[in-house]
Amino acid sequence: MDTTGTLIMPPAGSTIASEVDWLFYLILYISIFFFVLVVGAATYFFIKYRRRGEIAPTSQVDHNIKLEIVWTVIPLAIVIILFFLGFSLYMRMNIAPKDALEVKVTAQRWLWTFDYPTGINSVNELVVPAGKPIKLLMSSNDVIHSFFVPDFRVKMDVLPNRYTSVWFNAPYPGQHNIQCSEYCGKGHSEMLGIVKVVSDREYTEWLESAAGPGEGIDLESYGEQLFTSKRCVTCHTVDGSLNVGPSFLHLFGENVYLQGGSQVRADENYLRESILAPEAKVVDGFEPVMPTYQGLLKPRDIDALIAYIKSLGQEQGEQQ
Amino acid sequence: MNTIPEINYLNHPKGIKSWLLTLDHKRIGVLYLVSILTAFLLGGIFAVMIRLELLTPGRDIMGPQTYNQIFTLHGAIMIFLFIIPGIPVALGNVVLPLMLGAKDVAFPRLNLASWYIYIVGALVALYAIFSGSVDTGWTFYTPYSTETGGAVVAMTLAVFILGFSSIFTGVNFVVTIHKLRAPGMTWFKMPLFIWSIYATAIIQIMATPVLGITLILLALERIVGIGIFDPAMGGDPVLFQHFFWFYSHPAVYIMILPAMGVISELIPVFSHKKIFGYRAIAYSSFGIAFISFLVWGHHMFISGQSQLASMIFSFLTFLVAIPSGVKVFNWTATLYKGSIWLQTPMLYAFSFLFLFTIGGLTGLFLGTLATDVHLTDTYFVVAHFHYVMMGGTVMAFLGGLHYWWPKMFGRMYSIKWSRIGTALIFLGFNVTFLTQFVLGTKGMPRRYYTYLDQYRPLNFYSSVGSWILALGFIITAIYLIHSLRKGKPAGNNPWGGLTLEWTTTSPPPTENFQTPPVLTHGPYDYDTADVKPTI
Ligand code: HEC
Ligand SMILES: [Cu+2]
Ligand SMILES: [Cu+2]
Repeated sequence: MDTTGTLIMPPAGSTIASEVDWLFYLILYISIFFFVLVVGAATYFFIKYRRRGEIAPTSQVDHNIKLEIVWTVIPLAIVIILFFLGFSLYMRMNIAPKDALEVKVTAQRWLWTFDYPTGINSVNELVVPAGKPIKLLMSSNDVIHSFFVPDFRVKMDVLPNRYTSVWFNAPYPGQHNIQCSEYCGKGHSEMLGIVKVVSDREYTEWLESAAGPGEGIDLESYGEQLFTSKRCVTCHTVDGSLNVGPSFLHLFGENVYLQGGSQVRADENYLRESILAPEAKVVDGFEPVMPTYQGLLKPRDIDALIAYIKSLGQEQGEQQ
Repeated sequence: MNTIPEINYLNHPKGIKSWLLTLDHKRIGVLYLVSILTAFLLGGIFAVMIRLELLTPGRDIMGPQTYNQIFTLHGAIMIFLFIIPGIPVALGNVVLPLMLGAKDVAFPRLNLASWYIYIVGALVALYAIFSGSVDTGWTFYTPYSTETGGAVVAMTLAVFILGFSSIFTGVNFVVTIHKLRAPGMTWFKMPLFIWSIYATAIIQIMATPVLGITLILLALERIVGIGIFDPAMGGDPVLFQHFFWFYSHPAVYIMILPAMGVISELIPVFSHKKIFGYRAIAYSSFGIAFISFLVWGHHMFISGQSQLASMIFSFLTFLVAIPSGVKVFNWTATLYKGSIWLQTPMLYAFSFLFLFTIGGLTGLFLGTLATDVHLTDTYFVVAHFHYVMMGGTVMAFLGGLHYWWPKMFGRMYSIKWSRIGTALIFLGFNVTFLTQFVLGTKGMPRRYYTYLDQYRPLNFYSSVGSWILALGFIITAIYLIHSLRKGKPAGNNPWGGLTLEWTTTSPPPTENFQTPPVLTHGPYDYDTADVKPTI
């Protein structure tokens, strides 16, 4: 299996991907053949029969039944074959093996939540064991989204009040991008996630650590973990550089300029509100694309994130 | 030395009022031409802005909310104000009665009314843009479009109104073609452009009402919440998509059939040869028109529609490809052993063949179910339909415009500059959109305001392409406008065409022909009729 991708195709990260690619290249070669046939002939005629001086067409044939039948029937046969190949693979792409591990996916503007059978959940990060069929049962809390993993060649719309599903089997450990591919508003292109394919052992470990979140570690380090695992990291940095959202470095205790001209001091309550109701106070110079984490974080998670952000602010105080 | 006839439809009668109240199909055609070109300019400016924003990831010139409005407006304006009316209302209005040897269309007042309705629709669209704009995409998918802010209702009203303009034109052309053909012009002696306009008109009349109903439902859903598209109230979240594509897929053929008609005129004239497979080309237009009503579900293979439905739609989609393929083969065969004259209209016909073939072939990837899953909703689709709509329809429109320009305005444009313009448009188009196929296969979704770093180089090239394209269009606009006053008088039949419009003066008099024409030969009888180009 090809894991680096070709000039035109992304890496093939699922079992089905190489089959899709095979069909893709078949169509590509057929297309190139017909393109060369038609445009090549046209170009040749343009050059060969170019008008030089006198008008002198050397033929006035205006039909040829045999030829016309040939160029109707052959393409027809080809497209019927393509239709069957495409359809049979499509059916296999749609019918998940019975023993597939089922994960519930919820889309909402603009993030993905994954609920595992064991009762734990993760945000924008789908962790799956390598070499096992995974079935995603998906629905949306608001508008239509679409779950797309280019490396897996799977894509499915995610609808409100209705379930849709996809399945895949990723044979090798690695990381693959999830991109929302049905237009859903301002944050559509930020609605990204990651599929982390891990070994069986790592998967069990991950399940365990996610089940007892942050037990036995202090709030600050737990917050640091959440910063990555809840995907704050896709939009925020901790080194002062700007991303989609502001950096958390030196945030705590600072005056924040808000859209509309007002100011607010970044205290614990402001941070809390920013996480749970981001649209309430939008930082000046940024787009209001941060999703609400209401319902996705436990009280201790929120405390931990705030503690982590505070720690990034205090460092500055110490340096001064 | 050719001269411009002293009295022609352009200068007689004079005055703004005589234009605004005109019943002359040629003047209405010119009014339409100016209107749709204005729309094209506006849509084009939006397109360049989109490409500027996508030059690099993240913010370049605007925020995501503005970006979403801009791409919506680009799509809506290009589709509803430019390309759907496009060839029929501008070129068709001017040349269809001339080609038939008629004095005017069957219902001149209805014709003028259709232009006014178009203008009203356009003004309502402008109002929508300035009173909050729209960020739904030109497809208005629910439930997004029922929830989002902005002037969605005003925009749907605009599209609704434009629909009537489309239906009026369609009805008018159908009756004109039935009733006003010159003596001797049997159905199979009609130019193929007429055949294609006829097939288009039938789709316009049959499909547009469905769009109207869909938009009313959408507006009702937004204003009073009837719940038909709202799952929370027992409605169906994808029903809207079915309704929408039931119109909008046939609409694709409203856009492309007239273009195919133009190409069917250009190729025989500039090859000085009988068209190959006249009947096949004529019939295939109707084959396309008919099957086009049965394939809408190919836009929804991943929308959760049943696998059986997807299977049927995929199959029918492949079938509709065949008549288009047949036409392409026929045009190519017409070139064989012709006497090919590389004038600008013919260069556009070549561009059409080249680009439309790519557009058509890339459709195979999307009709095939398994590959569509990966490619749908990515830049592959964006590139595909730009190759069909712009590489196909716009190239044919430009070809037709350059072909009939001397007839419409009596003057020739600069041959040298028109060649430069064509070359730049062809080059710029390919740089812009060929790259987008690869962006799509690599997985970049469409309607993205920003993108992953891996898509950076290709987006950059695509944006550079849009500048070349823009330059080509600017040059074209300049030499065409310049030719209106300074161009050499073109004469009655500069290209040596055999269809009836070339038998009258350029520009024609208001009543089209001094004496009613009688058909003595078929539209492409280059073997028997004796004509020569005069420039
Ligand atoms: C999709 C991108 C995105 C994600 C994911 C995201 N944010 Fe944000 N966040 C933003 C943006 C954009 C802003 C600035 C606009 C605003 O205030 O809403 C912001 C603002 C904030 C602020 C206020 C910052 C300031 O300078 O005042 C805090 C605190 C915050 N986010 C915390 C978080 C935490 C904690 C997470 C993860 C649990 C998170 N964000 C995930 C985009 C994101
Ligand atoms: Cu989205
Ligand atoms: Cu379609």
